[in-house]
Amino acid sequence: MDVALFVPCYVDQLYPRAGLAAAEVLEGCGCRVSFDARQTCCGQPMANCGCASDAARLARRHLDLFRGKVTVSPSGSCVGMVRGHYQELGLILDDEDRRTIANTFELCEFLVLKMGVERVAARFPHKVSVQRSCHGLRELGLGTPSERTDGRGPSPAERLLAGVDGLTLLVPERADECCGFGGTFAVTEDEVSARMGRDRCAAHAATGAEFITGSDWSCGMHLDGIRRKQGAGPPFIHVAEILASR
Amino acid sequence: MSSPPRIPAFHRDAGRFLADDARVGWHDQALWHLRAKRDKAAAATPDWEALRDHAAALKAHVLDQLPELWTRFSANARAAGWTVHFAADAAEMRATVHGLLTAAGVRRVVKSKSMLSEECGLNPHLEAHGFEVVDTDLGERIVQLRHEPPSHIVVPAIHLKRAEVGELFHRELGTPAGLDDPTALAHAARADLRRRFLAAEAGITGVNIAVAETGAMVVCTNEGNADLGTALPPLHIAVVGAEKVVPTLDDAGVLLRLLARSATGQPITSYTTHLAGPDPRRPGHACHLVVVDNGRSRLAADEHHRRALSCIRCGACLNTCPVYRRASGHAYGTVIPGPIGAVLAPAMIGTAAARALPFASSLCGSCTQVCPVRIDLHDQLLAWRRQLADEGLVPLSKRLAMRAGAWFLAHPRLFAAGGWLGRRLGFLARLPIPGPHRLWLRHRGMPDLPADSFRAQWKNRHG
Repeated sequence: MDVALFVPCYVDQLYPRAGLAAAEVLEGCGCRVSFDARQTCCGQPMANCGCASDAARLARRHLDLFRGKVTVSPSGSCVGMVRGHYQELGLILDDEDRRTIANTFELCEFLVLKMGVERVAARFPHKVSVQRSCHGLRELGLGTPSERTDGRGPSPAERLLAGVDGLTLLVPERADECCGFGGTFAVTEDEVSARMGRDRCAAHAATGAEFITGSDWSCGMHLDGIRRKQGAGPPFIHVAEILASR
Repeated sequence: MSSPPRIPAFHRDAGRFLADDARVGWHDQALWHLRAKRDKAAAATPDWEALRDHAAALKAHVLDQLPELWTRFSANARAAGWTVHFAADAAEMRATVHGLLTAAGVRRVVKSKSMLSEECGLNPHLEAHGFEVVDTDLGERIVQLRHEPPSHIVVPAIHLKRAEVGELFHRELGTPAGLDDPTALAHAARADLRRRFLAAEAGITGVNIAVAETGAMVVCTNEGNADLGTALPPLHIAVVGAEKVVPTLDDAGVLLRLLARSATGQPITSYTTHLAGPDPRRPGHACHLVVVDNGRSRLAADEHHRRALSCIRCGACLNTCPVYRRASGHAYGTVIPGPIGAVLAPAMIGTAAARALPFASSLCGSCTQVCPVRIDLHDQLLAWRRQLADEGLVPLSKRLAMRAGAWFLAHPRLFAAGGWLGRRLGFLARLPIPGPHRLWLRHRGMPDLPADSFRAQWKNRHG
């Protein structure tokens, strides 16, 4: 299958390994992966600030660039923006736009639910605690949020992680509490955000994990920043990097 | 008479609460405990999600039918002996209650829990006019004695340690110094309240549900204080928000199945009382109901935000909110805090006054998932953010940053070059140059900056 890789702007610039790993995993599963270097940002930061017209400018670009393609991204949050919020920005969306939106997937979601992949050939002999990032979980419906009683089973990411050779999958207390990143919230309400992050880091550390993983480097950037400030605790590794490990 | 609403300063007040690490820890844990009990109760209820669907549809129907339902309710309530009053706003509500108390020659009043009375500033108004108003819910009594507003809509004194309550009771109720045993403190409050109940000449209550087909008011408490407050004094005044009516008893049943489970994980509150009007066996027993609009019909007509009026005040969104649990209710500076408070405030006190609140959220969406009537809380917060930006109420610095950011990101070569430069100059972030990155770095260490971006590495590999 031909797949257009959508690499979130901050992953592109700060965490390129996650993008490369995503491409590698997709190729390993038989996809032909392309990357259009005109892509930048989905517009989520602007949308989250309420600046709909600024977000719409980037959303329009994004939809035009990925028009007619099957798009896969190593980020539940950015995919959540495309699938869940592009219709709120005052854009005029035609049928092809709507198809482009519907054909945008988070990496593990795509592998498990679209390609039917049950296992990838990966080896990562470590204890890993999973951060169930909010947007993938509660907006894209990947996995079962702890609030809900109608179980949809584990998320695609956790299903794939469970099949990784040597990996011990751990779930922290309060299985899916928010890490406190929240985009600009992380700086405008920095005290609350940081406290949430410290609490989450402590919960992950208490599992005895060597790594924290998840589908979003944005949560990772925050949690890993907290860890660096504290000088202790498990580092963050993107789920794509684990799935690409040999 | 009530003071004008304070403009919420969430950041400052949250910071004040967060300065006490230990307090934040147990506050968070106490509320999480309620959330965990809610999860258990929800899981033990067959078809919980279908029940939420049903309640959401019921509430949507109610919002479409408010005038008709109140007409039907009033006819049945009057037939049962209630006197029904309508108050357009807080001032009218205060004047109506004040007038009823004056006409009955009442000075001493007991009052059970009512967020509406907080919203309307009823206590300060009555106290300024010489009435003695005693809150009879234990948590409410505690915050009343401390002269502060409740910090939570179900557990009003959740921000306090029992030792602080012990000190308060020592000062106000004469309990022994150092007494902080919760049972002993509750007994002391109870002894004091009994005296107040017996002396009261009128009882004021809130209302959880007004049932149109019976004309009865459903009041839920765990302490039986609303029952005592209405059973003893000859005058009962119930105050109800105009959104709280439902068509039938069956409808009330749906909400009652959800309410206590969502609030505290109890299947039902200890006392769920249908107040059916004056008791003919009690000579002179008079029952009045004040239905308060105070912006509700305006909000009901706002198709973008009306769903907030579906709220049944269970507090589940407060308990689950990771921001609320760490910032506490007082940081919101509004009568109703937490996600639902931040959604209601712009509609109720105005977008300018409430402009900080829709941003007091990481948008994790947990509130939306626990809400028993399926209010799309986190999407509502986002919708308010858009409205605030449209109205120019988002700080200029943020709007300019977003405008500039969107322009920058619409130019991929510029973006790539900026990233390249940024990674090389990233070390400068450690210098004490002011900017938003300082707020980031105050709490977080710098990431290891890679030499090359994804796009550069991809180009190297694929040409």
